[in-house]
Amino acid sequence: MQTATKVNERTAAAASGSPVTILAFSGDISSASKDAVLGAYHGLNGSAKNILLDFSGVDYINSSGIAIIIQMLLEAGKAGTQSIGIFGLSPHFNKVFTMVGINKYAGLHPDEASALAAV
Amino acid sequence: MKNGTAVQVSLPSELGFEKVAMSTAASMAGLMGFSEDRIEDLKTAVAEACINAIEHGNQLNDTLSVAVVLSTNKDGLEVKVIDDGKGVGASPHQPDIDRKMHGEEDPRGMGMFLIQALVDEAEWHQGPPGKSFVRLVIRLNKENR
Repeated sequence: MQTATKVNERTAAAASGSPVTILAFSGDISSASKDAVLGAYHGLNGSAKNILLDFSGVDYINSSGIAIIIQMLLEAGKAGTQSIGIFGLSPHFNKVFTMVGINKYAGLHPDEASALAAV
Repeated sequence: MKNGTAVQVSLPSELGFEKVAMSTAASMAGLMGFSEDRIEDLKTAVAEACINAIEHGNQLNDTLSVAVVLSTNKDGLEVKVIDDGKGVGASPHQPDIDRKMHGEEDPRGMGMFLIQALVDEAEWHQGPPGKSFVRLVIRLNKENR
């Protein structure tokens, strides 16, 4: 009954000129999202130094899904990724991500332009 | 909506069905005049309570169901999520993001914390099968908190 997670990968340029990989999620972010979310990250093969996670197409996030995002941040930290940012969260999930402390390890931005400006 | 109105939803013990309870709670809270941001808080709290009931209480057993009882009163909305497990004895703990990021704490295990943080009252009751429940309350007089 869980809605599948889709991940679309694209690239953009940060305001600084650095290349940025954007993983755009859609559908649900839940326990069923592990393969889609971590699979998309693993597919980058450590080549992306700056990553943005786009949640603007996400309908539903629960704590199991947040745990998968934390797992991705943990792996990215170990792999030496320079920066990970998040944008497109609803005000409610911006609050929830802050409550659990994700903002300490990934900047939370309202939209893509502000996220790219922060890289 | 009259005080004392109650709605009961029965969910299969399958992940994803928490969204049915979430939508029902959102509809009732909307009819009661709660603001959008409080409704969003309630939706997440109800979803997390149902996920815990489905996954931990009923162990994803498809012969068991989770009962969600939503009751209005003059002060607010009460939601009880009842399962067939033994109930939760532990208290919610604040997730430690540093420990999670260093692999010293399970990345999961944030549901109870979110429930407690997002509603005005949250309590867990242990009981025999079919009697263990979590009770959540959001109050109308906290609308401007």
